[in-house]
Amino acid sequence: MKDLSLHILDIAQNSISAGAGQVEITIEEQPSENLYSLSISDDGKGMDEEMRNKVTDPFFTTRTSRKVGMGIPLLKLNAERTGGSFEIDSKKGNGTLIKATFVFNHIDRLPEGDLAGTIVMMASANPSIQFIYTHRTPAGKYTFDSREVQEVLGEIPISELSIYPYLKEMINENLKDIRIH
Amino acid sequence: MTTIKSLDDLRKIKSSVQSKLALRERSDHPDQLVQVRVAMATCGIASGAKIVMDYMMVELEKRNIESIVTQTGCMGYCYAEPTIEVTVPGKDPIVFGYVDTKKADQIIEKYIKNGELVEGIIPVNYESIDEK
Repeated sequence: MKDLSLHILDIAQNSISAGAGQVEITIEEQPSENLYSLSISDDGKGMDEEMRNKVTDPFFTTRTSRKVGMGIPLLKLNAERTGGSFEIDSKKGNGTLIKATFVFNHIDRLPEGDLAGTIVMMASANPSIQFIYTHRTPAGKYTFDSREVQEVLGEIPISELSIYPYLKEMINENLKDIRIH
Repeated sequence: MTTIKSLDDLRKIKSSVQSKLALRERSDHPDQLVQVRVAMATCGIASGAKIVMDYMMVELEKRNIESIVTQTGCMGYCYAEPTIEVTVPGKDPIVFGYVDTKKADQIIEKYIKNGELVEGIIPVNYESIDEK
């Protein structure tokens, strides 16, 4: 994966497949601690212990269309490559939390990529799922909540394509304000 | 045009979007819309599916083609990613492989608008991931 936004798109797809009604994506930039963390949590069907232990193995996947599952292993690799860490917390029937922590100033820490595009794309393609994206930096905090946006839009569905560029712009403008680098 | 930054700004553009939607006849009948599904699993994303999806969302709107763009999981054609499934109303779904923005443009102009086939079709008795 070339950037963090692609990992988010990829991992959140697992949440969608797990039947999640809500997916929370949280990015926390803590340069003072030299940490940059990404967590994705959902209220999907969760995993039992056996499966949780297996998902970081690239030769494990739940799908039948192919034999490998690289999403989680690649994110884990990219986090650990910076000297960071990776954890999964999940219980059957209780959702899943995935947290990748990167070392902030490490040269191999992935660029963020198009975070706004990723979030809006997912919200637009999955209107029945609530996506809550929170981005925290020392300069402030921004939260995008797809349900809140849908309420504002009223009868216009969030999946309406003419809304897409506006929502992307809204997130980008807010991220600009809290950007620290 | 002013920049959209807050939910209030969003509220302000609502009426212009609404009047545009009112001009459309088919919005209430999803089966009459062009449906594009982009395969968005690890294989697809790593090969550029996000760029293709973004392109489709922006261009279909620009070219005034009433459509829905959604994402799907891996369809099993990892070698041919990015793949997209296009369903034109009244026709069977067709899966296109090796789609980049140039191919996406051809798919819109030739296949969606004129019904001409373009190269890169994956010729299978295709079942979507949901049916498996």
